[in-house]
Amino acid sequence: MTNEKNIAIEAKNVNVYYGTKHVLKDINIAIEKNSVVAFIGPSGCGKSTFIRCFNRMNDFIESFRKEGDIIINNKEIYDRSIQVEELRKEVGMVFQKPNPFPKTIFENVVYGLRIQGENNKKTLRETAEKCLRDAALWDEVKDDLNKSALELSGGQQQRLCIARTLAVKPSIILMDEPASALDPISTSKIEDLITVLKKDYTIVIVTHNMQQAARVSDKTAFFYLGDMVEFEKTQTLFTNPQKELTQNYITGRFG
Amino acid sequence: MANKRNRRIDKAFRITGLLATCFGVFVLIILLGSILIKGVTRLNFQFLSSLPSRFAAKAGILSALSGTLWIFGLTALFAIPVGIGAAVYLEEYGKKNKLGGFIEINISNLAGVPSIIYGLLGLGIFVHALKFGPVILAGALTLALLILPIIIVSTREALKAVPKTIREAAYGLGATKWQVIRTQVLPASAGGILTGMILALARAIGETAPLIVVGALAYVPFVPKSPFDNFSVLPMQIFNWVSRPQKEFTVNAAAAIIVLLVITFILNGFAVFLRNKWQQKVKW
Repeated sequence: MTNEKNIAIEAKNVNVYYGTKHVLKDINIAIEKNSVVAFIGPSGCGKSTFIRCFNRMNDFIESFRKEGDIIINNKEIYDRSIQVEELRKEVGMVFQKPNPFPKTIFENVVYGLRIQGENNKKTLRETAEKCLRDAALWDEVKDDLNKSALELSGGQQQRLCIARTLAVKPSIILMDEPASALDPISTSKIEDLITVLKKDYTIVIVTHNMQQAARVSDKTAFFYLGDMVEFEKTQTLFTNPQKELTQNYITGRFG
Repeated sequence: MANKRNRRIDKAFRITGLLATCFGVFVLIILLGSILIKGVTRLNFQFLSSLPSRFAAKAGILSALSGTLWIFGLTALFAIPVGIGAAVYLEEYGKKNKLGGFIEINISNLAGVPSIIYGLLGLGIFVHALKFGPVILAGALTLALLILPIIIVSTREALKAVPKTIREAAYGLGATKWQVIRTQVLPASAGGILTGMILALARAIGETAPLIVVGALAYVPFVPKSPFDNFSVLPMQIFNWVSRPQKEFTVNAAAAIIVLLVITFILNGFAVFLRNKWQQKVKW
Protein backbone atom coordinates (compact mmCIF):
# COMPACT_ATOMS: atom_id res chain seq x y z
CA MET A 1 0.00 0.00 0.00
CA THR A 2 1.32 3.40 -0.81
CA ASN A 3 0.48 7.00 -0.15
CA GLU A 4 0.36 9.47 -2.96
CA LYS A 5 3.45 11.62 -2.96
CA ASN A 6 2.20 14.57 -0.96
CA ILE A 7 -0.12 12.66 1.36
CA ALA A 8 0.97 12.04 4.98
CA ILE A 9 -2.02 10.11 6.32
CA GLU A 10 -4.66 8.33 4.37
CA ALA A 11 -7.72 6.61 5.82
CA LYS A 12 -9.76 4.27 3.64
CA ASN A 13 -13.18 3.07 4.71
CA VAL A 14 -12.23 3.17 8.38
CA ASN A 15 -14.79 1.82 10.82
CA VAL A 16 -14.15 1.70 14.54
CA TYR A 17 -16.11 -0.16 17.18
CA TYR A 18 -15.92 -0.19 20.98
CA GLY A 19 -17.48 -3.57 21.62
CA THR A 20 -20.72 -3.36 19.68
CA LYS A 21 -20.77 0.43 19.64
CA HIS A 22 -20.02 1.81 16.19
CA VAL A 23 -18.04 4.99 16.86
CA LEU A 24 -16.52 5.79 13.46
CA LYS A 25 -18.41 5.07 10.28
CA ASP A 26 -16.72 4.56 6.96
CA ILE A 27 -14.25 7.43 7.15
CA ASN A 28 -12.20 8.35 4.09
CA ILE A 29 -9.68 11.14 4.36
CA ALA A 30 -6.32 12.14 2.91
CA ILE A 31 -4.18 14.54 4.91
CA GLU A 32 -1.53 16.42 2.97
CA LYS A 33 2.04 16.74 4.13
CA ASN A 34 3.05 19.98 5.85
CA SER A 35 -0.53 21.04 6.35
CA VAL A 36 -2.60 21.61 9.46
CA VAL A 37 -5.86 19.72 9.55
CA ALA A 38 -8.43 20.40 12.26
CA PHE A 39 -11.04 17.93 13.45
CA ILE A 40 -14.11 19.62 14.90
CA GLY A 41 -17.43 18.34 16.15
CA PRO A 42 -19.48 17.97 19.30
CA SER A 43 -18.34 15.77 22.19
CA GLY A 44 -18.64 12.07 21.45
CA CYS A 45 -18.51 12.51 17.67
CA GLY A 46 -15.43 10.29 17.33
CA LYS A 47 -12.81 12.91 16.48
CA SER A 48 -10.54 12.00 19.40
CA THR A 49 -10.98 8.30 18.69
CA PHE A 50 -9.98 8.93 15.10
CA ILE A 51 -6.85 10.94 15.89
CA ARG A 52 -5.79 8.26 18.36
CA CYS A 53 -5.95 5.68 15.57
CA PHE A 54 -3.05 7.40 13.83
CA ASN A 55 -0.54 6.50 16.57
CA ARG A 56 -2.48 3.48 17.84
CA MET A 57 -3.16 4.94 21.26
CA ASN A 58 -6.43 3.00 21.13
CA ASP A 59 -4.50 -0.26 21.49
CA PHE A 60 -4.92 0.02 25.25
CA ILE A 61 -8.70 -0.18 25.02
CA GLU A 62 -9.55 -3.84 25.01
CA SER A 63 -12.92 -3.50 23.28
CA PHE A 64 -11.40 -1.43 20.44
CA ARG A 65 -11.76 -2.87 16.94
CA LYS A 66 -10.90 -1.24 13.62
CA GLU A 67 -11.80 -2.08 10.02
CA GLY A 68 -10.39 -0.46 6.90
CA ASP A 69 -6.92 0.90 6.26
CA ILE A 70 -4.91 3.75 7.72
CA ILE A 71 -1.84 4.33 5.63
CA ILE A 72 1.21 6.26 6.82
CA ASN A 73 4.57 6.06 5.05
CA ASN A 74 3.16 3.55 2.58
CA LYS A 75 2.15 1.08 5.24
CA GLU A 76 -1.08 0.07 6.88
CA ILE A 77 -0.23 0.97 10.45
CA TYR A 78 -2.25 -1.81 12.06
CA ASP A 79 -0.40 -4.40 9.98
CA ARG A 80 1.41 -7.14 11.90
CA SER A 81 4.75 -6.06 10.47
CA ILE A 82 4.45 -2.62 12.11
CA GLN A 83 6.30 -2.04 15.36
CA VAL A 84 4.01 0.23 17.29
CA GLU A 85 6.91 1.95 19.13
CA GLU A 86 8.46 2.93 15.79
CA LEU A 87 5.10 4.23 14.59
CA ARG A 88 4.78 6.43 17.67
CA LYS A 89 8.21 7.93 17.09
CA GLU A 90 7.09 8.85 13.58
CA VAL A 91 3.67 10.09 14.72
CA GLY A 92 4.04 12.19 17.87
CA MET A 93 1.20 13.24 20.13
CA VAL A 94 0.40 16.21 22.36
CA PHE A 95 -2.38 15.56 24.82
CA GLN A 96 -5.31 17.53 26.13
CA LYS A 97 -3.95 18.12 29.59
CA PRO A 98 -0.27 19.05 29.79
CA ASN A 99 1.37 15.88 31.07
CA PRO A 100 5.05 16.50 31.78
CA PHE A 101 6.90 13.74 33.58
CA PRO A 102 7.72 14.47 37.24
CA LYS A 103 11.34 15.05 36.25
CA THR A 104 13.46 18.05 35.33
CA ILE A 105 12.70 20.14 32.26
CA PHE A 106 15.82 18.76 30.60
CA GLU A 107 14.96 15.15 31.32
CA ASN A 108 11.47 15.69 29.94
CA VAL A 109 12.78 16.86 26.60
CA VAL A 110 15.36 14.11 26.20
CA TYR A 111 13.18 11.28 27.49
CA GLY A 112 12.43 10.01 23.98
CA LEU A 113 16.14 9.87 23.21
CA ARG A 114 17.08 8.24 26.50
CA ILE A 115 14.72 5.35 25.94
CA GLN A 116 16.31 4.83 22.55
CA GLY A 117 19.63 4.43 24.35
CA GLU A 118 21.09 7.86 23.54
CA ASN A 119 23.31 8.89 26.44
CA ASN A 120 25.83 11.19 24.79
CA LYS A 121 25.67 14.35 26.88
CA LYS A 122 26.48 16.67 24.01
CA THR A 123 23.81 15.20 21.74
CA LEU A 124 21.23 15.35 24.50
CA ARG A 125 22.05 18.94 25.37
CA GLU A 126 21.97 20.07 21.75
CA THR A 127 18.69 18.31 21.10
CA ALA A 128 17.16 19.78 24.24
CA GLU A 129 18.16 23.31 23.24
CA LYS A 130 16.99 22.92 19.65
CA CYS A 131 13.63 21.41 20.60
CA LEU A 132 12.98 23.97 23.33
CA ARG A 133 13.80 26.72 20.82
CA ASP A 134 11.50 25.18 18.24
CA ALA A 135 8.76 24.99 20.86
CA ALA A 136 9.28 28.68 21.72
CA LEU A 137 10.16 27.85 25.31
CA TRP A 138 13.94 28.16 25.37
CA ASP A 139 14.14 31.80 26.46
CA GLU A 140 11.84 31.18 29.39
CA VAL A 141 13.57 28.10 30.76
CA LYS A 142 17.19 28.20 29.60
CA ASP A 143 18.47 28.97 33.10
CA ASP A 144 16.18 26.47 34.82
CA LEU A 145 16.72 23.28 32.84
CA ASN A 146 17.28 21.32 36.03
CA LYS A 147 14.14 22.56 37.71
CA SER A 148 11.15 20.26 37.96
CA ALA A 149 8.87 20.52 34.95
CA LEU A 150 5.94 20.54 37.36
CA GLU A 151 6.91 24.04 38.49
CA LEU A 152 6.17 25.48 35.05
CA SER A 153 2.84 27.14 34.24
CA GLY A 154 0.23 25.17 32.32
CA GLY A 155 1.05 26.89 29.04
CA GLN A 156 4.78 26.33 29.50
CA GLN A 157 4.14 22.70 30.39
CA GLN A 158 2.22 22.23 27.17
CA ARG A 159 5.02 23.78 25.11
CA LEU A 160 7.44 21.51 26.98
CA CYS A 161 5.29 18.56 25.92
CA ILE A 162 5.54 19.79 22.33
CA ALA A 163 9.33 20.11 22.66
CA ARG A 164 9.47 16.59 24.06
CA THR A 165 7.51 15.35 21.06
CA LEU A 166 9.79 17.16 18.60
CA ALA A 167 12.85 15.52 20.16
CA VAL A 168 12.02 12.10 18.73
CA LYS A 169 11.86 13.64 15.23
CA PRO A 170 8.36 12.75 14.12
CA SER A 171 7.00 13.73 10.73
CA ILE A 172 3.43 13.97 11.98
CA ILE A 173 2.21 15.59 15.21
CA LEU A 174 -1.23 14.82 16.60
CA MET A 175 -2.72 17.35 18.99
CA ASP A 176 -5.74 16.32 21.00
CA GLU A 177 -7.31 19.59 22.16
CA PRO A 178 -3.89 20.95 23.11
CA ALA A 179 -5.15 24.31 24.37
CA SER A 180 -8.39 23.36 26.06
CA ALA A 181 -6.84 23.53 29.53
CA LEU A 182 -4.98 26.79 28.91
CA ASP A 183 -5.67 30.50 29.29
CA PRO A 184 -6.09 32.73 26.19
CA ILE A 185 -2.50 34.00 26.16
CA SER A 186 -1.00 30.53 26.44
CA THR A 187 -3.48 29.37 23.81
CA SER A 188 -2.36 31.99 21.32
CA LYS A 189 1.27 31.00 21.92
CA ILE A 190 0.42 27.40 21.09
CA GLU A 191 -1.47 28.52 18.00
CA ASP A 192 1.46 30.64 16.79
CA LEU A 193 3.67 27.64 17.35
CA ILE A 194 1.42 25.42 15.24
CA THR A 195 1.65 27.75 12.27
CA VAL A 196 5.45 27.77 12.55
CA LEU A 197 5.77 24.00 13.01
CA LYS A 198 3.73 23.25 9.92
CA LYS A 199 6.77 24.09 7.77
CA ASP A 200 8.43 20.91 9.00
CA TYR A 201 5.60 18.75 10.23
CA THR A 202 2.15 17.56 9.32
CA ILE A 203 -0.21 18.52 12.11
CA VAL A 204 -3.61 17.08 12.95
CA ILE A 205 -5.42 18.95 15.69
CA VAL A 206 -8.64 18.10 17.48
CA THR A 207 -10.36 21.14 18.88
CA HIS A 208 -13.63 22.18 20.44
CA ASN A 209 -12.88 25.78 19.64
CA MET A 210 -14.08 26.66 16.14
CA GLN A 211 -12.25 29.99 16.07
CA GLN A 212 -9.10 28.07 16.82
CA ALA A 213 -9.73 25.69 13.95
CA ALA A 214 -10.37 28.68 11.69
CA ARG A 215 -7.17 30.40 12.83
CA VAL A 216 -4.67 27.58 12.58
CA SER A 217 -5.81 25.01 10.04
CA ASP A 218 -5.60 24.69 6.29
CA LYS A 219 -8.36 22.14 6.11
CA THR A 220 -11.10 21.21 8.54
CA ALA A 221 -13.09 18.03 8.97
CA PHE A 222 -16.44 18.14 10.73
CA PHE A 223 -17.49 15.00 12.59
CA TYR A 224 -20.93 14.18 13.86
CA LEU A 225 -22.02 10.96 15.59
CA GLY A 226 -19.22 8.93 14.03
CA ASP A 227 -19.64 10.27 10.51
CA MET A 228 -17.25 12.63 8.83
CA VAL A 229 -19.84 15.05 7.51
CA GLU A 230 -17.58 17.38 5.60
CA PHE A 231 -13.87 17.81 4.87
CA GLU A 232 -12.96 21.02 3.13
CA LYS A 233 -10.55 23.91 2.98
CA THR A 234 -11.01 25.67 6.30
CA GLN A 235 -12.09 28.91 4.77
CA THR A 236 -14.67 27.22 2.57
CA LEU A 237 -16.01 25.11 5.41
CA PHE A 238 -16.55 28.08 7.67
CA THR A 239 -17.87 30.52 5.09
CA ASN A 240 -19.71 28.28 2.69
CA PRO A 241 -20.44 24.86 4.16
CA GLN A 242 -22.02 22.37 1.78
CA LYS A 243 -24.03 20.44 4.35
CA GLU A 244 -26.81 21.80 6.49
CA LEU A 245 -25.48 19.91 9.53
CA THR A 246 -22.14 21.70 9.25
CA GLN A 247 -23.89 25.01 8.81
CA ASN A 248 -25.95 24.42 11.95
CA TYR A 249 -22.91 23.42 13.99
CA ILE A 250 -20.64 26.29 13.02
CA THR A 251 -23.38 28.81 13.58
CA GLY A 252 -23.85 27.41 17.06
CA ARG A 253 -27.33 25.94 16.66
CA PHE A 254 -26.22 22.77 18.42
CA GLY A 255 -23.11 21.29 19.92
CA MET B 1 -37.95 22.14 67.73
CA ALA B 2 -36.36 19.85 65.22
CA ASN B 3 -33.44 22.20 65.00
CA LYS B 4 -32.85 22.05 68.75
CA ARG B 5 -33.01 18.28 68.68
CA ASN B 6 -30.54 18.08 65.80
CA ARG B 7 -28.08 20.24 67.70
CA ARG B 8 -28.42 18.03 70.78
CA ILE B 9 -27.65 14.94 68.69
CA ASP B 10 -24.71 16.72 67.15
CA LYS B 11 -23.33 17.59 70.55
CA ALA B 12 -23.94 14.09 71.91
CA PHE B 13 -22.07 12.58 69.01
CA ARG B 14 -19.14 14.92 69.50
CA ILE B 15 -18.85 13.96 73.16
CA THR B 16 -19.14 10.26 72.40
CA GLY B 17 -16.40 10.57 69.82
CA LEU B 18 -14.19 12.46 72.24
CA LEU B 19 -14.68 9.78 74.92
CA ALA B 20 -13.86 7.01 72.45
CA THR B 21 -10.67 8.78 71.44
CA CYS B 22 -9.66 9.42 75.05
CA PHE B 23 -10.27 5.78 75.91
CA GLY B 24 -7.96 4.63 73.12
CA VAL B 25 -5.21 7.08 73.99
CA PHE B 26 -5.56 6.36 77.72
CA VAL B 27 -5.17 2.60 77.28
CA LEU B 28 -2.17 3.11 75.02
CA ILE B 29 -0.49 5.44 77.53
CA ILE B 30 -1.03 3.00 80.40
CA LEU B 31 0.30 0.14 78.32
CA LEU B 32 3.41 1.95 77.13
CA GLY B 33 3.93 3.66 80.48
CA SER B 34 3.80 0.51 82.57
CA ILE B 35 6.15 -1.31 80.20
CA LEU B 36 8.58 1.61 80.13
CA ILE B 37 8.61 1.96 83.91
CA LYS B 38 9.10 -1.73 84.39
CA GLY B 39 11.65 -2.40 81.68
CA VAL B 40 13.71 0.70 81.18
CA THR B 41 15.98 0.03 84.15
CA ARG B 42 16.95 -3.32 82.67
CA LEU B 43 17.88 -1.82 79.29
CA ASN B 44 21.63 -1.65 78.99
CA PHE B 45 24.41 -2.91 76.79
CA GLN B 46 24.75 -6.10 78.80
CA PHE B 47 21.08 -6.89 78.13
CA LEU B 48 21.46 -6.38 74.39
CA SER B 49 24.68 -8.33 74.12
CA SER B 50 24.07 -11.35 76.35
CA LEU B 51 22.79 -14.77 75.51
CA PRO B 52 19.80 -16.12 77.41
CA SER B 53 20.51 -17.52 80.86
CA ARG B 54 18.61 -19.13 83.67
CA PHE B 55 19.60 -16.18 85.83
CA ALA B 56 17.43 -13.20 85.00
CA ALA B 57 20.13 -10.66 85.76
CA LYS B 58 22.61 -12.31 83.38
CA ALA B 59 20.13 -13.03 80.59
CA GLY B 60 20.05 -10.97 77.40
CA ILE B 61 18.42 -10.84 74.04
CA LEU B 62 21.41 -11.21 71.74
CA SER B 63 20.29 -14.46 70.16
CA ALA B 64 16.64 -13.39 69.87
CA LEU B 65 17.57 -9.99 68.43
CA SER B 66 19.92 -11.50 65.87
CA GLY B 67 17.23 -14.08 65.05
CA THR B 68 14.78 -11.25 64.42
CA LEU B 69 17.30 -9.47 62.18
CA TRP B 70 17.99 -12.68 60.23
CA ILE B 71 14.25 -13.26 59.78
CA PHE B 72 13.71 -9.63 58.79
CA GLY B 73 16.43 -9.69 56.14
CA LEU B 74 15.57 -13.04 54.61
CA THR B 75 11.83 -12.37 54.64
CA ALA B 76 12.45 -9.09 52.82
CA LEU B 77 14.75 -10.85 50.36
CA PHE B 78 12.10 -13.40 49.43
CA ALA B 79 8.90 -11.39 49.72
CA ILE B 80 9.88 -8.10 48.06
CA PRO B 81 10.97 -9.26 44.59
CA VAL B 82 8.20 -11.84 44.32
CA GLY B 83 5.57 -9.45 45.66
CA ILE B 84 6.51 -6.54 43.41
CA GLY B 85 6.94 -8.83 40.41
CA ALA B 86 3.51 -10.36 40.92
CA ALA B 87 1.89 -6.98 41.48
CA VAL B 88 3.46 -5.45 38.36
CA TYR B 89 2.37 -8.41 36.30
CA LEU B 90 -1.18 -8.44 37.60
CA GLU B 91 -1.62 -4.69 37.34
CA GLU B 92 0.25 -3.88 34.14
CA TYR B 93 0.34 -7.02 32.02
CA GLY B 94 -2.50 -9.24 33.20
CA LYS B 95 -5.82 -8.91 31.42
CA LYS B 96 -8.61 -7.33 33.45
CA ASN B 97 -11.02 -10.22 32.86
CA LYS B 98 -12.92 -12.58 35.14
CA LEU B 99 -9.87 -14.67 35.97
CA GLY B 100 -7.97 -11.51 36.88
CA GLY B 101 -10.80 -10.40 39.15
CA PHE B 102 -10.91 -13.84 40.76
CA ILE B 103 -7.17 -13.73 41.45
CA GLU B 104 -7.42 -10.21 42.86
CA ILE B 105 -10.18 -11.17 45.31
CA ASN B 106 -8.27 -14.23 46.42
CA ILE B 107 -5.07 -12.32 47.06
CA SER B 108 -7.04 -9.90 49.22
CA ASN B 109 -8.54 -12.89 51.04
CA LEU B 110 -5.10 -14.39 51.62
CA ALA B 111 -4.07 -11.15 53.30
CA GLY B 112 -6.77 -11.86 55.87
CA VAL B 113 -5.95 -15.51 56.61
CA PRO B 114 -4.92 -16.01 60.28
CA SER B 115 -1.16 -16.19 60.59
CA ILE B 116 -1.16 -19.54 62.36
CA ILE B 117 -2.51 -21.12 59.17
CA TYR B 118 0.61 -19.87 57.38
CA GLY B 119 2.61 -21.41 60.19
CA LEU B 120 1.02 -24.79 59.51
CA LEU B 121 1.68 -24.36 55.79
CA GLY B 122 5.33 -23.56 56.54
CA LEU B 123 5.61 -26.54 58.86
CA GLY B 124 4.18 -28.82 56.19
CA ILE B 125 6.17 -27.53 53.24
CA PHE B 126 9.46 -26.07 54.45
CA VAL B 127 10.11 -27.98 57.68
CA HIS B 128 8.85 -31.42 56.68
CA ALA B 129 8.39 -31.80 52.90
CA LEU B 130 11.57 -29.89 51.98
CA LYS B 131 13.30 -31.15 55.14
CA PHE B 132 14.76 -27.78 56.16
CA GLY B 133 13.94 -28.49 59.80
CA PRO B 134 12.97 -25.71 62.23
CA VAL B 135 15.60 -23.28 60.95
CA ILE B 136 15.76 -19.58 60.05
CA LEU B 137 15.19 -20.30 56.37
CA ALA B 138 11.91 -22.11 57.09
CA GLY B 139 10.72 -19.29 59.34
CA ALA B 140 11.66 -16.57 56.85
CA LEU B 141 9.97 -18.35 53.94
CA THR B 142 6.83 -18.82 56.04
CA LEU B 143 6.71 -15.14 56.97
CA ALA B 144 7.45 -14.21 53.35
CA LEU B 145 4.33 -16.13 52.33
CA LEU B 146 2.42 -14.40 55.10
CA ILE B 147 3.27 -10.88 53.97
CA LEU B 148 3.29 -11.57 50.23
CA PRO B 149 -0.43 -10.78 49.80
CA ILE B 150 -0.01 -7.55 51.76
CA ILE B 151 2.89 -6.47 49.55
CA ILE B 152 1.03 -7.40 46.37
CA VAL B 153 -2.11 -5.51 47.39
CA SER B 154 -0.28 -2.37 48.50
CA THR B 155 2.01 -2.37 45.45
CA ARG B 156 -0.99 -2.70 43.13
CA GLU B 157 -2.65 0.24 44.85
CA ALA B 158 0.50 2.31 44.38
CA LEU B 159 0.71 1.35 40.70
CA LYS B 160 -2.96 2.15 40.17
CA ALA B 161 -2.41 5.64 41.55
CA VAL B 162 0.00 6.54 38.73
CA PRO B 163 -2.11 8.62 36.36
CA LYS B 164 -2.93 7.40 32.88
CA THR B 165 -1.69 10.68 31.39
CA ILE B 166 1.91 9.91 32.38
CA ARG B 167 1.76 6.46 30.83
CA GLU B 168 0.23 7.87 27.65
CA ALA B 169 2.94 10.53 27.43
CA ALA B 170 5.65 7.88 27.59
CA TYR B 171 3.93 5.52 25.14
CA GLY B 172 3.39 8.48 22.83
CA LEU B 173 7.17 8.98 22.65
CA GLY B 174 7.73 5.41 21.53
CA ALA B 175 8.43 3.73 24.86
CA THR B 176 7.82 0.01 25.18
CA LYS B 177 5.67 -1.31 27.99
CA TRP B 178 8.66 -2.26 30.11
CA GLN B 179 10.26 1.15 29.53
CA VAL B 180 7.07 2.87 30.65
CA ILE B 181 6.99 0.72 33.78
CA ARG B 182 10.68 1.11 34.58
CA THR B 183 11.16 4.78 33.80
CA GLN B 184 7.77 6.23 34.80
CA VAL B 185 5.41 3.94 36.67
CA LEU B 186 7.83 2.42 39.19
CA PRO B 187 9.61 5.69 40.09
CA ALA B 188 6.29 7.47 40.47
CA SER B 189 4.88 4.74 42.70
CA ALA B 190 8.09 4.01 44.63
CA GLY B 191 6.90 5.89 47.72
CA GLY B 192 3.70 3.87 47.96
CA ILE B 193 5.48 0.60 47.23
CA LEU B 194 8.18 1.22 49.85
CA THR B 195 5.61 2.23 52.44
CA GLY B 196 3.65 -0.97 51.88
CA MET B 197 6.80 -3.06 52.04
CA ILE B 198 7.97 -1.57 55.30
CA LEU B 199 4.59 -1.92 56.96
CA ALA B 200 4.42 -5.55 55.83
CA LEU B 201 7.90 -6.24 57.20
CA ALA B 202 7.05 -4.49 60.47
CA ARG B 203 4.17 -6.90 60.77
CA ALA B 204 6.43 -9.85 60.00
CA ILE B 205 8.87 -9.17 62.82
CA GLY B 206 6.05 -8.94 65.34
CA GLU B 207 4.60 -12.31 64.37
CA THR B 208 4.89 -15.13 66.88
CA ALA B 209 2.26 -17.77 66.14
CA PRO B 210 3.54 -18.98 62.76
CA LEU B 211 7.10 -19.20 64.10
CA ILE B 212 6.00 -21.25 67.10
CA VAL B 213 4.38 -23.68 64.70
CA VAL B 214 7.43 -23.76 62.43
CA GLY B 215 9.52 -24.55 65.48
CA ALA B 216 11.38 -21.46 66.58
CA LEU B 217 13.01 -22.17 69.94
CA ALA B 218 12.44 -20.32 73.17
CA TYR B 219 15.96 -20.91 74.40
CA VAL B 220 18.81 -20.41 71.96
CA PRO B 221 22.18 -20.13 73.68
CA PHE B 222 24.08 -19.10 70.54
CA VAL B 223 23.99 -16.48 67.79
CA PRO B 224 22.70 -17.96 64.52
CA LYS B 225 25.42 -17.93 61.87
CA SER B 226 23.57 -19.21 58.81
CA PRO B 227 20.00 -19.56 57.50
CA PHE B 228 20.18 -23.24 58.44
CA ASP B 229 20.65 -22.61 62.17
CA ASN B 230 17.97 -22.94 64.78
CA PHE B 231 16.68 -19.63 65.97
CA SER B 232 14.55 -17.61 68.31
CA VAL B 233 12.99 -14.18 67.72
CA LEU B 234 12.13 -11.32 70.08
CA PRO B 235 8.42 -12.15 70.45
CA MET B 236 9.34 -15.77 71.29
CA GLN B 237 11.85 -14.61 73.88
CA ILE B 238 9.29 -12.28 75.40
CA PHE B 239 6.70 -15.04 75.50
CA ASN B 240 9.19 -17.35 77.14
CA TRP B 241 10.15 -14.84 79.84
CA VAL B 242 6.63 -13.82 80.81
CA SER B 243 5.63 -17.46 81.21
CA ARG B 244 8.36 -18.09 83.80
CA PRO B 245 7.41 -18.12 87.46
CA GLN B 246 10.30 -15.91 88.65
CA LYS B 247 9.31 -12.26 88.83
CA GLU B 248 12.68 -10.92 87.65
CA PHE B 249 12.09 -12.40 84.21
CA THR B 250 9.01 -10.22 83.64
CA VAL B 251 11.34 -7.22 83.91
CA ASN B 252 13.47 -8.77 81.18
CA ALA B 253 10.31 -9.29 79.13
CA ALA B 254 9.34 -5.64 79.53
CA ALA B 255 12.80 -4.54 78.42
CA ALA B 256 12.65 -6.83 75.38
CA ILE B 257 9.21 -5.44 74.53
CA ILE B 258 10.74 -1.96 74.52
CA VAL B 259 13.38 -3.11 72.06
CA LEU B 260 10.77 -4.71 69.80
CA LEU B 261 8.58 -1.60 69.98
CA VAL B 262 11.48 0.67 69.14
CA ILE B 263 12.29 -1.41 66.07
CA THR B 264 8.64 -1.37 64.94
CA PHE B 265 8.30 2.36 65.58
CA ILE B 266 11.44 3.09 63.63
CA LEU B 267 10.15 1.06 60.70
CA ASN B 268 6.72 2.68 60.79
CA GLY B 269 8.24 6.13 61.19
CA PHE B 270 10.45 5.45 58.19
CA ALA B 271 7.38 4.42 56.21
CA VAL B 272 5.56 7.63 57.10
CA PHE B 273 8.67 9.65 56.23
CA LEU B 274 8.94 8.02 52.80
CA ARG B 275 5.25 8.51 52.10
CA ASN B 276 5.39 12.21 52.93
CA LYS B 277 8.59 12.73 51.01
CA TRP B 278 7.20 11.13 47.84
CA GLN B 279 3.85 12.84 48.14
CA GLN B 280 5.60 16.19 48.17
CA LYS B 281 7.81 15.33 45.26
CA VAL B 282 5.15 13.95 42.95
CA LYS B 283 2.28 16.31 42.33
CA TRP B 284 0.12 15.79 39.30
